[in-house]
Amino acid sequence: MNRSRMRIAALWLCCLAVASIIVARAHYVTDLSAFLPATPTPTQQLLVDQLRDGPASRLILVAIERGDAQARAQASAATANRLRRDPQFSSINNGEPVTAELDRAFLYQHRYLLSDAVNPAHFSPTGLRAAIEGTLDDLASPAGLLLKSMLPSDPTGEMLHIIDQLQRMPSPAMKDGIWVSRNGERALLVAQTAAGGSDTDAQERAIEAIRTAFAAAVQSSAASGAKALQLRLSGPGVFAVDARAKIERAAVRLSIAGSLLVVTLLFTVYRSLPALALGIAPVASGAAVGIAAVALGFGVVHGVTLGFGITLIGESVDYSIYFFVSAHGGGRSGVAAADWRRTWWPTLRLGMLTSVFGFASLLPSGFPGLAQLGLYSISGLVAAALVTRYVLPALLPSGFTIHDVTPLGMYVAKWLQPVRRLPGLTITILGLALAGASVALLHHHGATLWNRELAALSPVAVADQDYDASLRLDLGAADVRELVIISGPTLESVLIDAERSSKSLGTLVDDKVIGGFDSPANYLPSMATQAQRRNSLPEASRLRDNLSQATAELSLGADKLEPFLNDVEAARNGPIITEKDLQGTSLRTGFDSLILRHGDGWNALLPLHAASSTQGVDSARVRAALQETQPVQAQVLDLKREADTMYEGYLDEAIHLSLAGILAIVVLLLVTLRSPLRVVKILAPLLLAVLTVAAGLASIGVQLNILHLVGMLLIVAVGSNYALFFDRQSNLHDAGGEALTLASLIIANAGTVIAFGLLSFSKVPVLVALGSTVAPGAFLALLFAALLSRADPSPSQNLRA
Amino acid sequence: MTRRAVSILMLSCLWAACSTAPAVQCHAATRAELSDLDALMSLLATRRHGRVEFVEQQFLAILKRPIESSGELRYDAPDRLEKHTLMPRVETMVLSGGVLTVERGGNVRIVDLHRYPQILPFIESIRATLAGDRGALERVFDVQFAGTLERWSLALLPLDPQLSRTVKQVRIDGSKDQLLRVEIRQADGDRSLMTLRTPAAP
Repeated sequence: MNRSRMRIAALWLCCLAVASIIVARAHYVTDLSAFLPATPTPTQQLLVDQLRDGPASRLILVAIERGDAQARAQASAATANRLRRDPQFSSINNGEPVTAELDRAFLYQHRYLLSDAVNPAHFSPTGLRAAIEGTLDDLASPAGLLLKSMLPSDPTGEMLHIIDQLQRMPSPAMKDGIWVSRNGERALLVAQTAAGGSDTDAQERAIEAIRTAFAAAVQSSAASGAKALQLRLSGPGVFAVDARAKIERAAVRLSIAGSLLVVTLLFTVYRSLPALALGIAPVASGAAVGIAAVALGFGVVHGVTLGFGITLIGESVDYSIYFFVSAHGGGRSGVAAADWRRTWWPTLRLGMLTSVFGFASLLPSGFPGLAQLGLYSISGLVAAALVTRYVLPALLPSGFTIHDVTPLGMYVAKWLQPVRRLPGLTITILGLALAGASVALLHHHGATLWNRELAALSPVAVADQDYDASLRLDLGAADVRELVIISGPTLESVLIDAERSSKSLGTLVDDKVIGGFDSPANYLPSMATQAQRRNSLPEASRLRDNLSQATAELSLGADKLEPFLNDVEAARNGPIITEKDLQGTSLRTGFDSLILRHGDGWNALLPLHAASSTQGVDSARVRAALQETQPVQAQVLDLKREADTMYEGYLDEAIHLSLAGILAIVVLLLVTLRSPLRVVKILAPLLLAVLTVAAGLASIGVQLNILHLVGMLLIVAVGSNYALFFDRQSNLHDAGGEALTLASLIIANAGTVIAFGLLSFSKVPVLVALGSTVAPGAFLALLFAALLSRADPSPSQNLRA
Repeated sequence: MTRRAVSILMLSCLWAACSTAPAVQCHAATRAELSDLDALMSLLATRRHGRVEFVEQQFLAILKRPIESSGELRYDAPDRLEKHTLMPRVETMVLSGGVLTVERGGNVRIVDLHRYPQILPFIESIRATLAGDRGALERVFDVQFAGTLERWSLALLPLDPQLSRTVKQVRIDGSKDQLLRVEIRQADGDRSLMTLRTPAAP
C-alpha cells in the first residue's frame, strides 16, 4: 500500500515537473492575435495584416492640453523635434513644415517624372502656352509669388502641381504653426511608429519615448504656462499597452485576492493545514497541465488564456472540496476513502466529463482565444479530477479528518425546506414560469441582445474610446477606416494598378464622395509611368520651337526660359527614380507606410479619407468606381466593418458550438444515466440558471458578448456537478449524507462565487463579463438544483432523523 | 523661394494696413510727426473692420507686361485678413492666426507663416500697426511720415538687414482716412503697386 502510494506520488510529481518545464519554456503572446482567425480568408488576412502592422495600427495620437496656447505650441514643437530624431518613429507630424530642403530639392529635380501633368500634349505649343498662362495667373496672386524665382526654370508650374498632388488631404486646424483641435484647446501631434502595432513591447517603448520627449520639452520651456501642460495619448498601440498592463494587473491582483479568499474559506471549513495544502494540489496541477497542453497544442499561449485561468479554479477547487467533505467531513475517517471512491467518484467523474463535453465544443472554434480556452479547461479539469481521485488519497496521512461540516448542511437544508415541501407540480410551474419570463425578456431584446462589434471585447474603457474618437475627429486627415488594397506580384505591378485606381479615386474626390486619398505612386510613380513621362519630353530643338510659338503672344518671353530648356533636356537624359532615391526624404516614410511586402507578393495601400468628419466613406461607390476603370486586383476594406463581421462570425459560431456542446452533454447523460427523467431533472436547474442570468443581464442593459457565452458554458460546467450530486444523493437513500453533500456543494459554490465575483470588480470589460455571468449563475444553479431535487423518492423529512 | 515668400507676406500684411483708414494730419516737423504717429496709432486701435476694393499691378523684370489683378480686401481686428481676388481668377486668401489659407478652384493650400521665422516679427509689426501698437512697429521698421492730411505718405524701411535684402521699401499713400496706394519695392527691382478705393455704398 505504502509503495503504491509512493509510486503514485512520484508519478504525479514527475508529470507536474514535465508540465512545469513546458510552462516555463512556452511562448506567450499578448497581441491581439487571440482575437484573429486561425485560418483567415484572403480578405481577413488583409484585415489581420492591417490590424497588426498596417499604417493605422502604428499611429499614436498625441494631445497636449491645459496651459495656454503658446505653451502648447512650444511644447508640441519641442516634443516633435526630439521625436523626429528617434528612429523608433517613422514619422512625426504636428503640422510643422518638416518637408525639409532635401524634399524640396528632390521634388524639384525630378519634377518631370513626378508630375502627373506631364504628357506629350503638355509640351506642344498649345500645351505649353496653356501651362505658362496658368503659371502667370498664379503669379498674379500673392501666394503665386512664391513661384517667381522658379519661373525661368519651371514656367509650366510642375513644382506647384506636385505639391498639390501630395497635399490632397484634408488637414486639421492650425494655430501658431501647429495642429490644434477644432476648439483650439489642444495641440495635436501624430506619431507613426516604425514597429507594427501588434508589437506591444515596441509600442510601449515608443509611448515612453513620447512621454520623455514631452517631459523634456516642458522642463526646458521658458513659457509660463508650461508646467500646467498635460499629455494625453491614444491610438491602437496605446490601447494595446494599456490593456496588457490592465489585464496583467487585474490577473495578478484578482488571482491573489481570489486565492486568499478561497484559502480562507477552505481553512475555515477544513480547520486543517494539511487539508488546505492538499486541497490546492488539484487546482495547481490542473493549471500547470492546462497551460502545458495549450503550449503543446497551439505552439503559443495567448495572454487571454492565462487571464481566464481563474475560470479553472472555479471548478477544480470543487473537486477537492467534494473529496474532503464527503469522505472526511462527517467526522468519519479512513474507511470513508474507499466508500467515497465507490459512491461519489463516478458522480464526480460524470460531472467532469460533462464539463469536458461542454468545453470540447470550443475546440473547433476559429477564434484561437476560444479554442485555447477549451483545450486549457479540458486538460486542466481532467488533470484536477485525476489528482483528486488518485493522488489525494495517496497523500492523505492516516487518520486524517477535517472539521465536521454536517451542521452547515443541516442548517441550509432546514432553510430550504419550506420551498422543497411545495408540491412537485407547484415547483415545476414556478420553474417554467421563471424560464418563460426569462425567455420572453430575452426575446424582447431580440436583435440588440448580442453585441456584434469587436469593440465589445475591447479592454478599453468607453471614456477612452470616446476621447480617441474626438481626437480623430479633430485630426480628420489622419484617421483611416477605409483602405483600397491592391495586390500584385511585383512592386511595379502594384504601383501601376495604384496609378489606375488613382484616376477613379480622383473623380470621387471631385464628386465629394471621399475627402481625399493617399497612394504610394504619389511618392514613387511606377517605372512605366516615369518612362512614359520621360518619353513625352521633346528634344531640345523641338522644345525651343514649341516654346517660341507658345510664348509669341505672352508677356513672358522665350528668351528668359533657357533654364527650363536645360532642365527638360537633363530630365530627358536622366535616370528613372527608384526606391533608393527616396532615401533621406520624408517621402520615403510616406511610401514605406503604403507599401507592404509579403511572402510572394506586394500590397499597395490607398487610405481613403472621408469627405467630412461626420460621415463615413460610401464603400459601395468606391468599389463601383474602381471597377469601372480597369480590372485591377483591388479590394476596398472597411477596417471596422470587416473586424465586426469577423467577430460576428465568431459569435455565431460560438453560439452554435455551445448549443452543440449542450447537445453532447444531453447525450452523455442519457447514455450514462439511462433515464430521460433524471437527465431532465439534472439539466433543468442549469438551463434555468443560464436563462435567468442572461435575462437579468439584458434587463439591466448589458449587451451580451462572446465572454458572456463562455460564462454560460461555465455555469453549465460547474452547475452540472451540483445537479449530479443531488441526483446521486437522491438515489442513495442516505438521509444523513444529504446534509454532508449539501455542505460540500455550498462550500464549493462559495469558492466559485468568490472567485468569479471578484472578476466582476475588475476594470477589464471582458473579465467583468465573465464574472458577472458565472458568479450569479453558479449560485442560482446550486439554488435551483437544491430546490428541484426535493421531488426525489427519498423523503426529505428523513433529514430530521 | 524664401525671398519671394517674404514679398508675399509683406503684401499680405499690407492689405491689412490698406483696409484701415488712417485720418491723421501729418507735418514734416519731427515732434509733430511723432505725436501724429501716436494719434494715428490710437485711431487705428479703434478700427475693428475694414473693406476696400483693390487693383494690383506687379512689375516683374522677367515679364514684358505687368500682371494685373483686382478684387476686395477685408480686415477684422485683430489678426484676420481676407483677400478676395476676382480677376483674372477667383481666389480667396485668408490670413488668420499666422496661417495663410489660399483657396482657388476648390483647391485649398495652406501656407504657414511660421515656416519663415525671419518674417514673423514683420507680420507682428503690421498687426501691431493695425492694433495701434507703435512700439512693436518701430522695432522692425524705420517709420517715416511725409505730406499733409490731404495727401500723406508713410514709408516703412525694414531694419533687419536680412529683410532688407528682399524688400527695399514699403510706401503707403493716403488721403485723410483713405488709403490710396501701397507700393512694395523689392531689392531686385521688381515692384508691386496696389491701388485702393472704398466701394460705393450699397
